[in-house]
Amino acid sequence: MTWRVAGTLAFLTLFLGGVAAFYAVEAEIAVIAPPDKNSFTTEEISRGKNLAAIGNCATCHTSDAGAAFSGGRAFKTAFGTIHSTNITPEPETGVGKWSLQAFSRAMRRGVDRSGQHLYPAFPYDHFTKLTDDDVRALYAFVMTRTQVKTNASINQMRFPFSYRPLIAGWKLLYFRDKQYKPDPTIGAELNRGLYLVDGLGHCGACHTARNALGAERPTAYLSGGESDGWVAYAINKQSPAPSKWTEASLAHYLKTGWASEHGISRGPMAAVTANLASVADADVAAIAKYIARLMDARELPARTTTSTTDTDRSFTASTDSLAYQTIADNRSPGSELFAGACGGCHSSSRAQPYGGLNLRLSSAINAPDPTNIINVVNFGLMPPQGRPGPIMPPFSGAISNEQLVELLNYMRATFSDKTPWLDLPALVARQRARLPQIENTPTHDGQADASRSQVRLP
Amino acid sequence: MITLEVNGEKHELNAESDTPLLYALRDELALNGAKFGCGLGQCGACTVLIDGNAVLSCVIPISMLANRKITTIEGLTKGGKLGVLPSAFIEENAAQCGYCIAGMIMRAEALLRRNPNPDDNTIRDHMEPNLCRCGTHMRILKAIHRAVSTSAAIAGTRS
Repeated sequence: MTWRVAGTLAFLTLFLGGVAAFYAVEAEIAVIAPPDKNSFTTEEISRGKNLAAIGNCATCHTSDAGAAFSGGRAFKTAFGTIHSTNITPEPETGVGKWSLQAFSRAMRRGVDRSGQHLYPAFPYDHFTKLTDDDVRALYAFVMTRTQVKTNASINQMRFPFSYRPLIAGWKLLYFRDKQYKPDPTIGAELNRGLYLVDGLGHCGACHTARNALGAERPTAYLSGGESDGWVAYAINKQSPAPSKWTEASLAHYLKTGWASEHGISRGPMAAVTANLASVADADVAAIAKYIARLMDARELPARTTTSTTDTDRSFTASTDSLAYQTIADNRSPGSELFAGACGGCHSSSRAQPYGGLNLRLSSAINAPDPTNIINVVNFGLMPPQGRPGPIMPPFSGAISNEQLVELLNYMRATFSDKTPWLDLPALVARQRARLPQIENTPTHDGQADASRSQVRLP
Repeated sequence: MITLEVNGEKHELNAESDTPLLYALRDELALNGAKFGCGLGQCGACTVLIDGNAVLSCVIPISMLANRKITTIEGLTKGGKLGVLPSAFIEENAAQCGYCIAGMIMRAEALLRRNPNPDDNTIRDHMEPNLCRCGTHMRILKAIHRAVSTSAAIAGTRS
C-alpha cells in the first residue's frame, strides 16, 4: 500500500470519525474571574508543583527564550508544526479565566475551554488517568504562577490535520477516557508507580512506538519509541541495557540524570531527569519500582517485596572489572579513531564523571538502533541548561560521515556482542541532517524563569 | 606518514595516527597559538578550525584529518597584518592572562565566517563552550561585537 493510499484512507477514517463526533460537539465552558491566589492552600500548591515536575509540564510549555509556562515552543510533527500554549494564569493569552472544570476537561479529555479539540501532542491520552485530587492540585499550581502575556503562535498543520474537528475522529479511534483505578493485586507503591508512569509521567509518549496516525500502539507498550531525532529505549523487558537496571539504579538515574553502570540521560530525557530532581523521593522510587518490574517481568511475583536496601552497589561498583578488549593489536581505521578521539576518556581509569563511561555498559552501543550513539558522537553531551553535569565534546565539526561509520562499526564490534548495525551510512547521513533539531532539544527543567538573566553589554 | 594542511600549507608528519591535532600543531609544527587547557575537550583553549568548524584540537586525532583544511590563530595573520578578530581583541583589551584567548578568537572566527552579522544572543550561544577563568567574558563579547562592526565597515567601503 502506498503512502498516498494510506493517507487517503486515514483521511477518510478521520473524516467519518469527525462527522460521527459532530453529534458530540463539546460546549464552551464559561469564563470565570481569575481566581485569587490566596484561594488555594499552600499544601495544594506544593503538591501541584511536585506533580507538574513529574508531568514535565514546563519543558514543553516554555520556549528557549521565554518565561516559564508561557508556551510558544514549536513541535515539528509528521502532521505539521504546532506550538505549546501559554499556561500561566494571564487572563487574555493564558488560562487565567479557566475554571477548574475547564482545566480538568482539557487535562483529561483534550478539549479546551472554548470547546475546541486539542491535538494529542498534548498527552491527554495519559493525563486522562489523573485523579480529581491531582487535577485540583495541578490547577492550584498553574493558577498561582507568574502571569505572562504572550502572542499566540500560529500552528502550521498540514491539511487535513489543520481541521480540528478531525481530532474527534482520532479520539473515537484511540482515546479512552479513563481515570486510573488501583490494581488490587499489586501493592500500593507499584500502583503509585503505574499511575505516575502511565498517567502524568506520560512515559509512553516517547517510549512507546506510534502508529501512522500518531497513536501509541498498545501492543508496543514501553517497547521503545522515538523523540526529537533520538531513540527512546525500550523500558520493559526488551531494554537494551547491557547491565541490569535495578530499582535503586533507576531511582538514582531519574533523580540525578546518571547512573554509573549506564551513563547519563541526554536528548529529550535530560529535561525529564532535570525535572525529576525536584520530585518527592517516594514518587521517584515508585516510578523506579514499577519500571524495574516491567524490565524484569519474569521475576514479577518476587519483586513486589524487593527491599530498597541493596541500594548503592550499582553506583559505587568499579567498572574496571569489565575489562576492555585490547585495542592496540588490531589496528583498523575505526580503532585508530577510537584510540585518538575516544580513548582518552573512555579507556581511562579515571572515575566518572572525570573519566567516560566504560562503553561495554553503554545502552547506546548495545541498542538495536544506532541513532543515539550517532547523535552523541556528533553533538557530544552538554550538561542540562543551568545545571552542572558531565560533558562530552562534540565531534561533528571534525569527523566525516565515512569516519563515523568506521568508528561505529568498531565500537559495536568491540563493546557489544550484538550483530553489526545495518545501513549505517544512510543513518549517519540522516542524523547529520537533523543536527539543528538535535542541538535545539530542550534540556532545561523549565521551572526557573528561562528568559535570559544576562549582564548586558554597556 | 600523514599530511596535514594547516593555514594553507601542507606538512608531512611522521607521527602516530592517534596523536591529537593539538600536539601535532605545537610539537611538530611549532604553531603554539592553540593552548593545552584540560586535554579533555571541555575548556576550549585548544580551539582551531577544521573546514571552517570550530573544533577542540586536543581530542581530534590526526588520522581524522587527511584532506581537511586546518586553520589556527596564526593563520588569521596575513603578511604580518593582524586579522579583524585579533585586532578587535587587542583593542578591547580582551585578554587578562590570555590563555583562553586564541581559542576564543578561533571559535568567534568560525561564527563570523558563517554569519557575518550575528546578534548578541547568537554570539553568546556560540561562545558557550569556551571557558575563561579570569572572567573577561564581557570584554571578549565586546571584542567580537567590535569585529562584527569593523567587518561591516570594511565590507561597506568595498561595495
